[in-house]
Amino acid sequence: MAEHEEHTTHSQGFYIAIGVGLLIGTITTVGAAFVNLGPFNPVIALLIATIKATVVVLFFMHVKGASEKLTGAVVVSGFFFLAILLSLSLADYLTRSWR
Amino acid sequence: MEHEAHNPALLHHFADAQQQKNAASLGMWLFLVTEIMFFGGMFCAYLVYRLAHFNAFAAGSQQLSIWLGATNTAVLIISSVTVVLAVKAAEAGKRKVLVGYLVVTVLLGMTFLVIKGFEYREKFEKHHVPGATFKFTDTFDDNGKQIPVNPKEAELFFSLYFAMTGMHALHMIIGCGLFSVLAVLAWKGHYTPGYFTPIENAGLYWHLVDIIWIYLFPLLYLISRHS
Repeated sequence: MAEHEEHTTHSQGFYIAIGVGLLIGTITTVGAAFVNLGPFNPVIALLIATIKATVVVLFFMHVKGASEKLTGAVVVSGFFFLAILLSLSLADYLTRSWR
Repeated sequence: MEHEAHNPALLHHFADAQQQKNAASLGMWLFLVTEIMFFGGMFCAYLVYRLAHFNAFAAGSQQLSIWLGATNTAVLIISSVTVVLAVKAAEAGKRKVLVGYLVVTVLLGMTFLVIKGFEYREKFEKHHVPGATFKFTDTFDDNGKQIPVNPKEAELFFSLYFAMTGMHALHMIIGCGLFSVLAVLAWKGHYTPGYFTPIENAGLYWHLVDIIWIYLFPLLYLISRHS
């Protein structure tokens, strides 16, 4: 019954490398904000933010490699309901032609 | 039957330590999902008003300090690394290293709050705090073209700025308190390689607060910065 003891953590160097990657992402976000990309400025900023958030969830919060698969389902459902909140609200506000 | 060495932290209604840990982690994640929805409401309000009053939001955003915001982002990312290294130290049973990382995390959290405090002070000095004394005479710099904005709409931006960063700062304060308590308990030797769930779950909370800031920074500080 006793399953093998699982080590969910990675090496110290791996974590520091991820941290450096996240810092580079921050610098890229700031740099990209000063370049005129027209309507793509916020898109790029949010894309980088989402990549950073995904990296944090997968490697710092150990969702990747979690022994309990249900955790992954809870995480995905959380962001799924957030997506419903944002997309349906905007589907309303952005299509109000009478404003 | 010989009695096996029993993990003192294992509650009797769990089959083994791994199951107990998984249950705690799942419960923590369910709480974090409610946090995502809580902040999600504010993000939704932000999106709707930004789309409706873009010029005022851009003008308001241009009054914030990118450098303080970016520094705070870096501080939070580094604190996330120290948290994850604390969890690793707990797993390895290195008590002093664990306490060290927890203390550094609290100090980084406080650094964030101090920088945030300086930003808030500047807002008070410039009368950019929503309320009776709110004043906004700045214009939206759209590629060198100065577009005047409605102060009421700018006030909306600063209301959301204070609501979102204020609620985030409150989470940071709670996190600092949480990690201070954990540091004391860790120093007293409460956590072993067989049981360090509170460290892990507080870490999950800290990372989520970090993720929220990762979104707040570009959304609040980086609207239309190119010129």
